[in-house]
Amino acid sequence: MLKEREERHLVYDYLRPKKKFPNVWCAGCGIGIVMGAIIRAVDGLGLAKDDVAMISGIGCSGRMPVYLDFNTMHTTHGRALAFATGLKMVRPDMKVLVVMGDGDALAIGGNHFIHAARRNIGVTAIVINNSTYGMTGGQYSPTTPIGALATTALYGNVEQPFPIGELAAAAGAAYVARSTVYHVTELERYIADGIQKKGFALIEAVSYCHTTFGRLNKLGGAVDMMRALKDNSITLAAAEKLEPNERAGRIVRGVLVNRDIPEYTDLYRQVIERAQSAQTATEAEGAKSRTPRSL
Amino acid sequence: MSASVKLPAGPTMMQGNEACALGALAAGCRFYAGYPITPSTSIAEMLARELPKVGGSFIQMEDEIASLAAVLGASVGGVKAMTATSGPGFSLMQEHIGYAAMAEIPCVIIDVQRLGPSTGQPTSPSQGDVMQARWGTHGDHPIIVLYPTGVRECFDLTVRAFNFAEKYRTPVILLTDEVIGQMREKVTLPALDSIEVVDRQRPHEPPEWYFPYAETPSDVPPMAPFGEGFRYHITGLLHDRAGFPTQRLDEINPWVERIFRKIERNLDDIILTEGELLEDARTLVVAYGCTARSAQEAVRMGRRHTVGLLMLKTIWPFPEEQVLAAARNARRVVVPEMNMGQLALEVERVVGRNKVVRVNRADGEMITPDQILRAIEARD
Repeated sequence: MLKEREERHLVYDYLRPKKKFPNVWCAGCGIGIVMGAIIRAVDGLGLAKDDVAMISGIGCSGRMPVYLDFNTMHTTHGRALAFATGLKMVRPDMKVLVVMGDGDALAIGGNHFIHAARRNIGVTAIVINNSTYGMTGGQYSPTTPIGALATTALYGNVEQPFPIGELAAAAGAAYVARSTVYHVTELERYIADGIQKKGFALIEAVSYCHTTFGRLNKLGGAVDMMRALKDNSITLAAAEKLEPNERAGRIVRGVLVNRDIPEYTDLYRQVIERAQSAQTATEAEGAKSRTPRSL
Repeated sequence: MSASVKLPAGPTMMQGNEACALGALAAGCRFYAGYPITPSTSIAEMLARELPKVGGSFIQMEDEIASLAAVLGASVGGVKAMTATSGPGFSLMQEHIGYAAMAEIPCVIIDVQRLGPSTGQPTSPSQGDVMQARWGTHGDHPIIVLYPTGVRECFDLTVRAFNFAEKYRTPVILLTDEVIGQMREKVTLPALDSIEVVDRQRPHEPPEWYFPYAETPSDVPPMAPFGEGFRYHITGLLHDRAGFPTQRLDEINPWVERIFRKIERNLDDIILTEGELLEDARTLVVAYGCTARSAQEAVRMGRRHTVGLLMLKTIWPFPEEQVLAAARNARRVVVPEMNMGQLALEVERVVGRNKVVRVNRADGEMITPDQILRAIEARD
């Protein structure tokens, strides 16, 4: 009973209930589960809503910020991390969460994705990976498995999928973790750890799209696809004991990277300090001699 | 905590790009995101050096798309922000110019034009982006585009660009060109405390009463920065007064009308032109940017022909009333441009097609006073 009341409070505290509900997502979609995990992570950390910004791009995941009572921004396709970079630089004390889909983050936004990770700017990127473009109706994405069907790959996808977490790790992210919408408490924990991490944090939330991808590939409904996430995923520790061919096709859950490296806005604060102390030194020098640029 | 902006005192030699950077600092710009591209790069270099001195931030992004996105993110954070680029980069920025117009986010974009299309000729001037500045992003929207004729105006109009952006919550584009941007002239900048600087209006009401896209008497709703207690939604979708997506016609139409009205009702403030010898001008030259400098000389050389000059500093919204008034007694209107005829289309629309004589050049060389003089002197 008490538990139920707490859940009710969370809903009223973090959603914008009078605004745009019911949401746009299909019944059974995993995005709502990720949204719930984000809410519980933020609540668990005791963050003030005023200090949290959520920025998204375009696609099903892009619609999440409209429902949440943070400082929210629904930007252009693929560019959410670039918007977030500007905001974080002028508001380094804010917690900036970026929610993207796999097409949004890895195809049109792939360049921004690797560069945000490379800079190690302190934003928390949550990529909801459903292996397809859901909102436009099931086209193949950068994470669609080889051989899978899509409305633009009716004879089977022939493109290699991107490993999102490994890409972020190689690009320089401070924190990289992967879980699924079935393992929701684990997902919540990773999101909370990512938010607390100083530096670029990437949490890949493996989800599914039963409406387009599932139907085309005859994978069943939402419950079947959810069960597949449970059956088909293994922990990082378990995966390390397997041969590469035994790992193929499995979702490996766990913290891939957790390292302490300098965060971008911290480094830029030092740039400001260096520029200002150099300025002071120049002025002391300039007091002795005439400024050469003046005529 | 942060040092204040320092402007050179007394006559100083400087380039147009430097004057733009100093104008931005004087206007209160404290964030720049950009990507290197000739001939605009020296704006970025100067601001990379100067912004941290005054507590601002500079970032070199991975491309021009990201640059304008970062600028908009910073502006939403409550900081005046800008980027600078040239032709190819300006093309990449178009989508976010539309986002800024839709979400009413103040920002300044400087396009130091070079010869195009495509990679074109990076070190040659052009005025080829005049129409792109107006119509480059998809969908209908108002825009303010300013165009200086020299180094001092680079400074003044950059300040004005920020003021307009803040005052009207709109993207403002400053078009210059390779000549204006790279040319060195002797200028004397105004004293910092004599410069009018406008800051965006912030909400006075409590957060629970705040609507970021409210109908207000000025048609420009106050803008709350993220992180100060006003939790609201910003989107590139058509939205209601709270910023939430809408498909309701009774919410979409007032918004469309308002974003046009907020510019149109302020044309007296926004339109900047300068006339020379306009009294009884039988031949009128309408020019802008570095071409206006050649036109000034041509008009002096052709004084016996009762020729006048109208220089446009605001090119969008197009100064219809000013062109019409200046052309009142003119039989011919000469429009020199370093493109194959772009703003001439607007002049033709206003004064009539048969009055307009176009002088065009799009090979990367400036139009000379002689070329304009020949058009002034040519018999019908």
